[in-house]
Amino acid sequence: MSGILLAMQGAVSQGVLWGIMVLGVYITYKILDIADLTVDGSFALGGCVCAILVVEKGMDPLLALMVATLAGMVAGAVTGMLHTLFDIPAILAGILTQIGLWSVNLRIMGKSNIPLLKVDTIFSRIVDILGVKQSAVSLVIGILIAVLIIVFLYWLFGTEIGSALRATGNNEDMIRALGVNTKMTKLLALTISNGLVGLSGGLVCQSQKYADIGMGTGAIVIGLAAIVIGEVLMGRLKSFGSKLSSAVTGCVVYFLIRAIVLQLGMDANDMKLLSAVIVALALCIPVAIGKWRIWKSYSEEDPTC
Amino acid sequence: MLTVNHVYKTFNKGTINEKKALCGLNLRLEQGEFVTVIGGNGAGKSTLLNMIAGVYPIDNGLIEIDGVNISRKPEHRRAQYIGRVFQDPMRGTAAGMEIEENLALAYRRGGKRTLRWGVTKKERELYREKLKILNLGLEERMHSKVGLLSGGQRQALTLLMATLIEPKLLLLDEHTAALDPKTARTVLELTEKIIREKSLTALMVTHNMKDAIRLGNRLIMMHEGRIIYDVAGEEKKQLHVSDLLAKFEEASGGEFANDRMILS
Repeated sequence: MSGILLAMQGAVSQGVLWGIMVLGVYITYKILDIADLTVDGSFALGGCVCAILVVEKGMDPLLALMVATLAGMVAGAVTGMLHTLFDIPAILAGILTQIGLWSVNLRIMGKSNIPLLKVDTIFSRIVDILGVKQSAVSLVIGILIAVLIIVFLYWLFGTEIGSALRATGNNEDMIRALGVNTKMTKLLALTISNGLVGLSGGLVCQSQKYADIGMGTGAIVIGLAAIVIGEVLMGRLKSFGSKLSSAVTGCVVYFLIRAIVLQLGMDANDMKLLSAVIVALALCIPVAIGKWRIWKSYSEEDPTC
Repeated sequence: MLTVNHVYKTFNKGTINEKKALCGLNLRLEQGEFVTVIGGNGAGKSTLLNMIAGVYPIDNGLIEIDGVNISRKPEHRRAQYIGRVFQDPMRGTAAGMEIEENLALAYRRGGKRTLRWGVTKKERELYREKLKILNLGLEERMHSKVGLLSGGQRQALTLLMATLIEPKLLLLDEHTAALDPKTARTVLELTEKIIREKSLTALMVTHNMKDAIRLGNRLIMMHEGRIIYDVAGEEKKQLHVSDLLAKFEEASGGEFANDRMILS
């Protein structure tokens, strides 16, 4: 039993750190209405950049996180330019960047994984100072950063530029007719989004004490699953801030589910299938219900108007 | 004010679907002119408006507004001169955003968008006053999502948004065609009122010949990418639908008499 509890505690802190990636996915998927597949690559990129800087270059772990964020932003900008300047469909543009990043990440690390065992991370530093457990520290730091980012996004999307960004996802024709360069807004959104994804990759790398070439595989599906779970759990909340919070909460719940099914003896490799099924069901069920309702409501009788 | 000089546009050039939409079109609009545009399907009416707005690039020619050459400016840059209302009520507003937010987006047309807050308190009062003009009670629903409004309400709102910052040129592309007759009349009256009060320069495409004669102070008829008839002032006021039909038969050899035109 204590095994499960311990696993759950770890899952919560992991969920919060990955939740920052989900905030990035939220920007593209929910606000811009684009499924951006760059995420798998930019998440790993954040982790790889962070690891190599801390281990090989002896960089301060906090600074390394910022570089990881920047690296993610560059990756997002590449997808953004492919999509806006050259009219490549967003999904394909994301796939191209993602695939390219696999090689880039290997080049950066020089091998397929790097452990961070003997170096300082932002988490180990606080553990050293306060003498508390690593998992508790990751949780607190994760929540702190997530809250800061939610506040930042809340502010950003309330500004004139942010409103133009939301309008781009809502009605592109309209906002262009009102003088907004939608290429720029899309580029900006993809850049910010992948910056957050890169930051999340860096944080996860420091928290789990290794970076791995495959660490981003399936990140986009986790992101979508988290958003969907968050909507199911907290769908009644309508304010923008609570929608962002529910995305992070959804991610925590995702990792809790994962921890539980793993504890129950499921093969870790089957987890990706489970994620895919969760997302697919979440997308299918509302459509199926809608169709069923229409089917059901038919009758040959004359309705009373 | 507006100069359209020898503008050509061909879609799908060099393919089997090649379509000459504008063939050396010339048009000059003076300040304050309200021009109605009529013509059969495929005459190039919408293309003309889209070319002026910059939706697609033109192949040849020159488009100027107030002496500024905008021929090669992208759509979002031309927006500082031009207010637009589309045929589809869904296209002119952002459904997922509040009425107030939509107005705030329109209030910044042509201006620089910064990191200042998207809607200020002072603007809110302005929007409330402007919404009252519409007489639809929208001033009490400023935080409602635009997606909850009817097509007519959305079109009225789009009209307000297009003229919130006074445009040098207002483009109306069959903006009442998708509405029911009663709503269409309301939106048309509103259009007339706003254009008159601000003495705007406007181009209005319509399929309704009576409206085309009744509204505005100049009428142009298009056929196969050219203007074939241009009438203003007293002469326009004396026009009858039958005159227009005759004019068109003459130009097109009878093919103009499609049912949509006759019924309207």
